[in-house]
Amino acid sequence: MKRLVVLSCVLLAACSQSAPVARNNGVYLLLDTSGTYRAELNKAQDVILYTLSKLEPADSFAVARIDTGSFTEKNIIAKATFDERPSAANAQKRVFAEKVKDFISRSNASQYTDITGGLLQAVEFLNEKHTGRKTILIFSDMDQDLQKGYVRDFQVPFKGFQVVALNVTKLRKDNYDPREYLARLDHWKEEVEKSGGQFRVVNDLDRLDGVL
Amino acid sequence: MPTNFLFAITPWPALSAIIWVVVLIAVLYLARHTAHQAIRTASGAISRGLRIAAHSVTHAQLRLAERNREVLLAAGREAKERIVEREFMRVGETVRKDLANYPHLHRALSESITQIEKDHQGAVDVPPDPPGWVKAVETVSKLDAKNGGNDVLSDIHKSVVKAHKEAMDAYRDASSERHELLRSMMPRWRDVQEILATVDKKVEGLLTRLAGVDRHMQEYEAIVKGEDKAVSVLSSSSLVHFFVSAMVLFVALGGAAINFTLIARPMAEMVGGTSFIGVFKTADIAALVIIMVEISMGLFLMESLRITRLFPVISALPDKMRRRMIYITFTILLLLASVEAGLAYMREVLLQDELSTSAILRGGEPETGNQFMWITTAAQMGMGFILPFALVFVAIPLETFIHSLRTVLGLISNAVLRSIALVLRVFSSGFRHLGTLTERLYDLPLFVPLWLETRWAQRPPRPEAEEAALSRPAREEDLREVAS
Repeated sequence: MKRLVVLSCVLLAACSQSAPVARNNGVYLLLDTSGTYRAELNKAQDVILYTLSKLEPADSFAVARIDTGSFTEKNIIAKATFDERPSAANAQKRVFAEKVKDFISRSNASQYTDITGGLLQAVEFLNEKHTGRKTILIFSDMDQDLQKGYVRDFQVPFKGFQVVALNVTKLRKDNYDPREYLARLDHWKEEVEKSGGQFRVVNDLDRLDGVL
Repeated sequence: MPTNFLFAITPWPALSAIIWVVVLIAVLYLARHTAHQAIRTASGAISRGLRIAAHSVTHAQLRLAERNREVLLAAGREAKERIVEREFMRVGETVRKDLANYPHLHRALSESITQIEKDHQGAVDVPPDPPGWVKAVETVSKLDAKNGGNDVLSDIHKSVVKAHKEAMDAYRDASSERHELLRSMMPRWRDVQEILATVDKKVEGLLTRLAGVDRHMQEYEAIVKGEDKAVSVLSSSSLVHFFVSAMVLFVALGGAAINFTLIARPMAEMVGGTSFIGVFKTADIAALVIIMVEISMGLFLMESLRITRLFPVISALPDKMRRRMIYITFTILLLLASVEAGLAYMREVLLQDELSTSAILRGGEPETGNQFMWITTAAQMGMGFILPFALVFVAIPLETFIHSLRTVLGLISNAVLRSIALVLRVFSSGFRHLGTLTERLYDLPLFVPLWLETRWAQRPPRPEAEEAALSRPAREEDLREVAS
């Protein structure tokens, strides 16, 4: 009898872990709505729908815009933590898709581009959701243009985050001097990796398989 | 550096090498006896150790073989007892059923025979009356014709003709009646024939069954006596049972896998699609548990029906309790089958929902499904309902598999032990011969001193030595030896 009790305890200990491991996925997608990039938003819609189709129940997803000041909840266009039941999660995905479509059809161009604020907002959102895997997708040309008075020269804690820059378009000035484009990407890569995150660039939107 | 040193003991390296070779051979020659002893001891020790191990393994193999034989005979005896018991029950049932009918058959047969006898007696041919009027005709014929004899005779003739006609008519009527009676006997003969054929058939069936019982009893006796032939037959039967039951279990495993696929997806709706137990999804485990519970219920049902005998406790239960158990397990199975049918339906609904959502996310129109969708839905529901009952029958091959597994494992272990013993014996012999070979290889570079030694040993005795031996005065000990 004693042996049976000990065996049961061992089995229970093996089954129940001290801290439950989160296996869900958290994705935060930042949409650049500045004047230079707004024309790319239709592509962003495809990426969002693709992301929705890949996410599973209990995953979290949010889409936010990057504008003059991005470190605010008001910039979040749509957000959802999908239900554990697949049927309810499907319904949430449909509502989410409708919200995004609505936003794309009526969005206005912003004057400035506060990428760092958006990233900080993304980090806060995903940390709050306690997801197992945290991914920030940035649909932008990665050219930060801050309005006077906005302080963004600090390190964002990217530890445990994967930051993916999607469809990083070349600006007109990049054509004159491509080093600016490369320097821009290097800057963001350095910023992310310095804080313990991972950074990558995916410009071919047909190859998003490995991102999520 | 050391090599250079070795070749530098003389100004000529070749000479140095020769000196070293000679020294080495001398050392090896001097150490030859001790080296041979060491080689012999080492190889002998390893060889003996391996031989002891081989003996030990052989002993274990023999014990295992004996144990296997006992187990096989015990299993065969039990199986044969079950068969003989069942055969006797069938014989008893046949006798009870057929012999219960015997008085009825006997009465029918007696009635038929009585009726046949009666008809037979009625059909006996009655000979016509002897002609009594012949003497009267002779007397009248002797009368004088004048006295009217002719008239009398002609009257008699007329009467006779008339009587003959009447007699013939009566005879024909009687014959017709007899024929009628004989005709009416035919169905009764057929009845008798049929009754006798039925009895014959039943008796034949009984005799055939009894011949089977005889055969089983002979086999049983052979098993009880522990004959080698019986062991061989049981062993081959066990192997056949093992492979057949393994094949059926494999098929059942496929059925269980399909069952799992049917219910795992909708289970996520009930227990959530993201919770895990260990590394497995809770929904998958829940689906698996349902299937396992179904299989367990199937086992209990089969045990309660006394089709299988995996759990002696269930077989030993009172009949009333056993019947209750049958009802309970069957009810649980029915409920689980209904749940599975519902889950299978749910699966189809979820699939449609997911396809529709995917279509929307791809930018298309939501799928509305086609008009024949009900066929797949009905098929899935049907499978969900039927598969739990089909899995009930897994109990039969499972029992056979478990019983035959013991024999198969015994045979495999026996073969493995025998192989190990053989390998150990081969290695033991190999090490012994390796020792001898090493001794010979040791002697190979010493061929020159060994040849010289042989020559020395074979040299003829020197004449001076012989003479000295002869001239030497005999010692006192030698003389004592000669005297004794």
